[in-house]
Formats: sequence, structure tokens, C-alpha cells
Amino acid sequence: MKKSFGILIAVILLTIGGCADSTGRSKGIYMLLDTSGTYSNELKGAQAIINYLLGTLEPGDSFGIAKIDSASFSDKDIIAKMTFDGRPSVTNKQKRLFKQRVDSFVASVKKGSAHTDITGGILQASEYLDETGAGRKYILLFSDLEEDIKKGHVRNFPIDVSGCNVVALNVTKLRSDNLDPREYFDRVDKWRKRVEEGGGNWRLMNDLNRLDGLLHG
Amino acid sequence: MSFTQVFNIFPGSPLLSGMMVLVLAVVLFYLARTPAHKAIHSLSRLLQDCFRMMADSVLHVEERFEKRNKEVMLTAGAEAAERMIDREFQRVEAVVKRDLNGFPSLHRSLTDLVTRIDEDYRESAQVPQPSPDWVQAVDSLAQLESKGDKWPTNIMAEMHKTAVSQHKRTMEEYRHSVGSRHALLDKMRPHWQRVSQTLDQVGKTVKGLHERASILDKHMSEYEDIRKKTDKATRRLASSAMTQFCISAIVLVIAIGGAMINFNLIALPMSEMVGGGSYIGNFKTSDIAALVIILVELAMGLYLLESLRITRLFPLIGQMDDKMRVRMIWVTFSILLILASVESALAFMRDRIAADMQALRQTLAQAESPEAVNSWIPTIGQMVMGFILPFALTFVAIPLESFVQSSRTVIGAVTAAALRGVAFVLRLLADVTKYAGDFLVNLYDLLPFPLLRIEHWLRERRQMADVDQPDEMMINEGV
Repeated sequence: MKKSFGILIAVILLTIGGCADSTGRSKGIYMLLDTSGTYSNELKGAQAIINYLLGTLEPGDSFGIAKIDSASFSDKDIIAKMTFDGRPSVTNKQKRLFKQRVDSFVASVKKGSAHTDITGGILQASEYLDETGAGRKYILLFSDLEEDIKKGHVRNFPIDVSGCNVVALNVTKLRSDNLDPREYFDRVDKWRKRVEEGGGNWRLMNDLNRLDGLLHG
Repeated sequence: MSFTQVFNIFPGSPLLSGMMVLVLAVVLFYLARTPAHKAIHSLSRLLQDCFRMMADSVLHVEERFEKRNKEVMLTAGAEAAERMIDREFQRVEAVVKRDLNGFPSLHRSLTDLVTRIDEDYRESAQVPQPSPDWVQAVDSLAQLESKGDKWPTNIMAEMHKTAVSQHKRTMEEYRHSVGSRHALLDKMRPHWQRVSQTLDQVGKTVKGLHERASILDKHMSEYEDIRKKTDKATRRLASSAMTQFCISAIVLVIAIGGAMINFNLIALPMSEMVGGGSYIGNFKTSDIAALVIILVELAMGLYLLESLRITRLFPLIGQMDDKMRVRMIWVTFSILLILASVESALAFMRDRIAADMQALRQTLAQAESPEAVNSWIPTIGQMVMGFILPFALTFVAIPLESFVQSSRTVIGAVTAAALRGVAFVLRLLADVTKYAGDFLVNLYDLLPFPLLRIEHWLRERRQMADVDQPDEMMINEGV
């Protein structure tokens, strides 16, 4: 009787372990923080979004934060990246550590970068998300979407963001946008086209009080 | 050639064409009337017969179903009655063993008491005082003639003195003997009381047995009704099955509520063991693991109650020899105890994880964490619930058995009612088809009605001619 019960338990555990799918439903988020020029002053808003996301993400999800500076296609720009453990208690510890790193980064930013390499950041994000094997992939662009490539860097080629949801957050209006609003719309439209041509879904979310819908879609 | 062109017999004159078509249609309908009527009647009869046959088949199935239901219900009822009677006999046996087993000693004790009382009674019997022997001598002296002598007076005086003293002594003896009798009777009182108590005890036992006997009589008469397959027994069993079905369904719903609470207690901490990010199909692995634990607990509960012979869902367990059954009881109880302890630990872990998550959320929201009041009370409460609920869920086996058994009868009754409903609808359709055929025939006759009218008129004329002709013939013959 005990032997057969043991076999039953073993079969159940093997079935559970064998059929379990740990990546298909997990979320992968990569957030790019623009640190160029005056936009670096907006980082407090980014911190609130990161805190919201840390509260929302579940065990098994992946989260990465990187800055957008003059040359963003680099691992050095990654501020923090983690795939949360399956155990909730470990996940909570990881989230605390993550928050700590983000807080110290925000406190360390004094001066904005000279150039803005958004394309490089997106390529880095796409690469990271592919590696995580997450079922739902999000690239969050916390930027004014004004790209300013350093001389010698090549970024004018199609980007591959297939299967990714690219969400532009807090796209602030520049001084020049106020003179001619079409510049703002053209800028946003340009990025929408690039993302959609690269196989991704584009969304714009400027109201940071409506973060509930951030990871939907 | 289009459809309208076919009917355009006279081009340029649609009215004339229409009228021509109408006339042609009337003629055609008139000529084809008899075969058309036959066709409509045949079709309606065919459909009517089909529906009737289907209704008969359904009714036949319903009849068989009803019979089977009745058999199932009566068998289950007979089995239940047998169990009840068996149980009553066991009770009677227990009463007989407990109370009447000591009846010989009780009888002996009663006999001893009665003998002792009898002896005492005999001893206490009043013995009449012997009359004095000298009374006759007094009578003789009294009859002597007195001739002035004093001696008789003296003798009488002496005798009086003797009589008084003897009377005094006799009274003393009498009082003494009455006193000793009263003492004997006083000694008898506890014996009488004991006899009375013993008889009361016997009376109670006999009364209890009498009550059991009347209950047994009732069960036996019900059992006989079931064996005779009477309508009364069928109705009573159907009503009883419906009541059992409803009550057990309510209890099962309550048990499902308990299982859900149990599930919520262990689902979160299970993610610590099997991981919170993996899925099986559309469900979290931790949720499925928690559900499996609860289901294993339910299964163990079923086996435990089955081994205790409280339920009879698995005949194999009930048929096991007693040694094996006792082993099974201990094994299932041990597994239940281990699972209950695991659940209690998981409930504790759940409280810790929930508190940690709450603290993290507050840190992320950068809010002040409120002071926890009596934080151990919910923890202990959850642990106790985690321990108690698996045992409480064990008893689901009892309503489950009632539900399974009564559902056979109830589902059978509902299916029979549904079949009766289907048969009614089919019979209705058969009648509708029949009258629809008649209606179509009448509808058909609407178009060729002018020719039909003419035909009717001609037939009437012919009939009238046939009626007039014999009169004329009779007149001619008379002439």
C-alpha cells in the first residue's frame, strides 16, 4: 500500500514537473531610460514606473533597465537585469535589490549624455528579451524620442523587434515642438513606423497615472 | 428565357396574360386534384405514422427506463431496509446481552428474596392466645346454688384476682409477640424495596425491548412493502431519494466551499515548493499541486470512512479481512495526519509570504508600514484551519455516498420525465401533421374552386334528375 502510494506521488510529481511550462507565460520587460540632456530630470517619473512594475511582476518574469546615452548598444549601459526566481520569497528579495540599484543609479545621474542612441538601446533590449525566452515581451521607452546619433555610428537600418510590444512613455514635447507641433507627431510617427516595420506593436502612453494598462495587449 | 417571360403569353398585355395563366392554373389544379390530394394525404399520413412510431418508441424506452429505475430504487431501498433491520437486531442483541444475560442470577436473587420474605411473613403471623382452662370451672361455680355460704364468693374473688393477674401477664406476652412481629416486618422492608427495584429494572428492559420490537415491526413492514413492490413503497423511496439528493447536494456545496478555502490557504505557499512561474496548460503548477493535495486528502478520507465501514462506495475495501482493514485505517489516517501537518506548515508559510509581499509593496509605494496588531492571531488561526480542514473534508464521503446513490434515482426520474415530454411533443407533432395535411388539401381546393363549384352544381342537378326520374316512371306506370 505504502509502496503504491509512493509510486503514485512520484508519478504526480513527474507529471507536474514534466508538463510544466515556465517560459511561455512569463513576461519580459526591458526599460530604456533616456539620460540625454534635460530629459535626465524626468528620471523621478521613471522610478515610479519601475516601482509599479516591480509590484506587478511575478515569479519567473524578467526585468531589465538600461540607460540611453551616446552609445546604447552596450552591456555597460544595463543598470539592472534579473529573471525573478520561482519562489515568491526569493523574488521579493530580488525585487528589493533591484529597487536599490535603480535608486542608486537615479541618485548618481548628475549630467545628461551628449547624444541619444535610442536605436542601439532598442537593439540591446530586443536581444535581451529574446534570450529570456519570455512569452510576452515589452520594451518600454522612457524618452522624448529625439534621437541624436554620434558621428560615426550607423543606426539607419531596419530594426528587428518582432513579437515585442514597444511602449513609448512620457514622450515630452520639446521647445521646438511648441513652435511646430508637426515635429512632435512626425517624431512619434517615425518611431511607430520603424517598430511596426520591425514586426513589433507600437503604443504611446503619456499619462503616467494610467499604468494599469501598461502591460496589457 | 426568364421566369416572367414564360408567363408572358400575350406580349404587351400583361393583364390578359395573367388571366390566361390563372385560368390554366385553375384547370391544371382541377385536373390534378385527385392525385394531389392523395399525395398530400400520403405525405401527412407518412409523417404522422413516423411521429407516432417515434413517440411509441420513446414511450417504450421510458417504460423500460421507469421499470429499471423502480428496480434500482427498490433494490437500494431493500438494501437500506436490510441494513436498518440488521442494525436494529444488533441493538436488540446488545440489550439482551447487557440486561437479560444476567437474568438467571437476577431470577435467583428474586427467588431468594421471595423465600426470605415468605419466611419472615410466616414468622410474623399472629398466633391466637389460648383461652384459659379454668373458664369452664367458673361457669360450673356460677351455676351452683348459693345457700348463704361465703365460700363461693371467696372462691370467685380469688378467681377474679387470678384472672386479673393472668390477663395482665397475657397482655404482656401479647405485646411482646406483636413487637417481635413488627420487628420482623421492619426487617422485610429493604427486601421488598430490592424486589421492587429489580422488578423496575426488568420492566425497563422489557419496555426497551418492546420499543425496539415495535421499531423492528415498522422496518419489517416497510421491507415487506418493498419486497412486494407496492406503489406505497415506491412513492416513499422516491420521496426519500429526492430528499437525500437535495440535502447531500447542499452539504456537498458546503464541502466545496471548505475545499476552496483550503485551496486558498495552500496555493500561494505551494509556489515556494514547485515554483510560481510555471504553468500546466492554462493553470499555474502551484495551483494544480495545491489541488492535487486537497484531492489526495479527499481520497484518503474516502478510504478511511470506507475502511471504518461507514460508507460503502468501494465494496473491495469493505470485503477485506479485519486485519487488513485495520491496517488500512491506520495507513490512511497517518497519511491524513501528515497532510494536515503539511497544510498547517504551509498556512504558516503563507502568512509569512503575504506579510513579506505587503512589506515590499509598501516599500515600493514608499509608504509608512502600519503597526501590526495581534499579528499572531491570524497566523495561528490559519495554521489551525490548515490542520482541521483536511479532517473535516474527510466526512465529505458520507454526503457523497448519499448523493451518488440518490442521484441514480433522481436522474432516472428526470430522464423518464424528459422522455415522457419528448413522447408528448412527438404525439403532438403527429396530430399537427395530420391536421396540416387536411389544411393543405383544403388550401389546394381554393384555386380550382370555380370548376369545383360547377362540378358540385352539375352533381346536384344530376341527383335531382335521378330523384325526379323515378317519380315520372311511377306516374307512367300508374297510367
